[in-house]
Amino acid sequence: MAENNRALIQLQGKFAASIIDVVEFRGEVTVTVKKDAIIDILSFLKQTLQYNLLTDLTAIDYLGKKEERFMMVYLLYSIPNKDRLRIKTPVTEADCRIPTASTVWKTANWLEREVYDLFGITFDGHPDLRRILMADDWVGHPLRKDYPLQGPDRQPYKGRLS
Amino acid sequence: MATTETMTLNMGPQHPSTHGVLRLVLELDGEVIVKVTPHIGFLHRGVEKLAEHRTYHQILPLTDRLDYLAPMSNNLGYILAVEKLMAVDVPERAETIRVIMNELTRLESHLVWLACHALDIGAMTVFIYAFRERETVMEIYELISGARMTSNYFRVGGLSQDVPDEFVKKVGDFVDSMPAYLDQYEGLLTTNPIWLKRTVGNGIISAEDAIDIGLTGPALRGSGVDWDLRRDNPYSGYEKYQFKVPTGENCDTFDRYKVRLIEMREACKIIRQGLDKLKPGPVLADFPQVCYPPKESVYNSIEGLIHHFKIASEGFAAPAGEVYQGVEAPKGELGFYIVSDGGNKPERLRIRPPSFVNLQAIEQMSVGSMVADLVAVIGTLDIVLGEIDR
Repeated sequence: MAENNRALIQLQGKFAASIIDVVEFRGEVTVTVKKDAIIDILSFLKQTLQYNLLTDLTAIDYLGKKEERFMMVYLLYSIPNKDRLRIKTPVTEADCRIPTASTVWKTANWLEREVYDLFGITFDGHPDLRRILMADDWVGHPLRKDYPLQGPDRQPYKGRLS
Repeated sequence: MATTETMTLNMGPQHPSTHGVLRLVLELDGEVIVKVTPHIGFLHRGVEKLAEHRTYHQILPLTDRLDYLAPMSNNLGYILAVEKLMAVDVPERAETIRVIMNELTRLESHLVWLACHALDIGAMTVFIYAFRERETVMEIYELISGARMTSNYFRVGGLSQDVPDEFVKKVGDFVDSMPAYLDQYEGLLTTNPIWLKRTVGNGIISAEDAIDIGLTGPALRGSGVDWDLRRDNPYSGYEKYQFKVPTGENCDTFDRYKVRLIEMREACKIIRQGLDKLKPGPVLADFPQVCYPPKESVYNSIEGLIHHFKIASEGFAAPAGEVYQGVEAPKGELGFYIVSDGGNKPERLRIRPPSFVNLQAIEQMSVGSMVADLVAVIGTLDIVLGEIDR
């Protein structure tokens, strides 16, 4: 159960004011936190609770579905304890930036470059924020929901199913 | 006073030892590497974007085009994520066949790794031998799925079809003969002085650094971290199999070579255990909302045809929520993160590619060594660009 999660108990004790939401689905615990506390929380989880491996870092675009357009997702794994934890934090379109997690895990370097490339979220303090998958002179961010599937200057995609 | 300056050298994207379209910009001081800047994305096909426009069944063929050297592991990771989302229980026979195929895929991927890695460092014979054995795995793929590489064999809830009768004998003969072949490779390499000179002490990365930069799979175990998702977070019934998880001590290319060779021997043991416990039974879950109907019913009844048409065209609606499933792919942790908004297509499908994250360590592992040693580092990381660029 989510309330017995070892990380959640600690987070609720130390960062109670920053936790927006806790969800458990199919045995996986997701904690949504406020953006301004994200690096403190991630460092705390790594240093104190042994979440030493940043498995994945990505973003979701909720265009037109949520007030805050983007959601950053951090997937943590603890090799000593063999458990996972998912931390999410909302990022608005107007203030499309978030502090870099590459100061906590080096893994975040390329993963954040990918999010910057495909979603257009800027990471403050990132050592080398360049596009990684798309060409350097590419215009637009392909994984945004308002980016056409078949690319710009093409007929919009009507879907495989009529 | 003489002045020296560094030289910039472009390696790839068309270069035989960069294993595909990897481009490295090297800064060299004489022949010593000062800086490595990888440039990737030449094979970017937008798989994650495409997935947002397809139903859950239609995404499956995209996944085996990621790591095309280990298609079954990709299929398995995606299928397990969807099954977790839909809470589908898979019949035992299907799970056992999945484990057998997943381990055969590990053998196949490691064989290609060994072949190319040895060829890059100059041992050509191993290349020919390893591709000979890989051909048998390809034949087994063809036998069960009809395709040699893009297998597309698993389905949500089980398998697309049961294996033919000759499967057990063919796989059994292969895994029984494999240890002798592995001895053959080891005879060519493990005590070979040239091989040792090229691999011992090359590409060293400590366990702490390896975790910090996110290495997973054999690359991490070569640095002495005893962690394997098959044992520590089992899926597909891996907890019922006996196998050892090898680890290295010296964190170098030679230890990663030893780790992968032991993994191949362990994979043979897992396949043998799987063949022994293979019992007749259904290979697809009885879950009509999600699974395809059996082919006999599609061809012989109007209800079956309608059912098939509905699943193939409209798909199924998944409950709103998000799941992550990581599997121990041959190259490291392969993860699929699905965010569903309740529709028949994912809101977001994120693929966590092991090669992408592992490649990040290339600079740390090669700065200070010679250009020729960089070729060994690329080989030992075991990257595949289809997965890095997605």
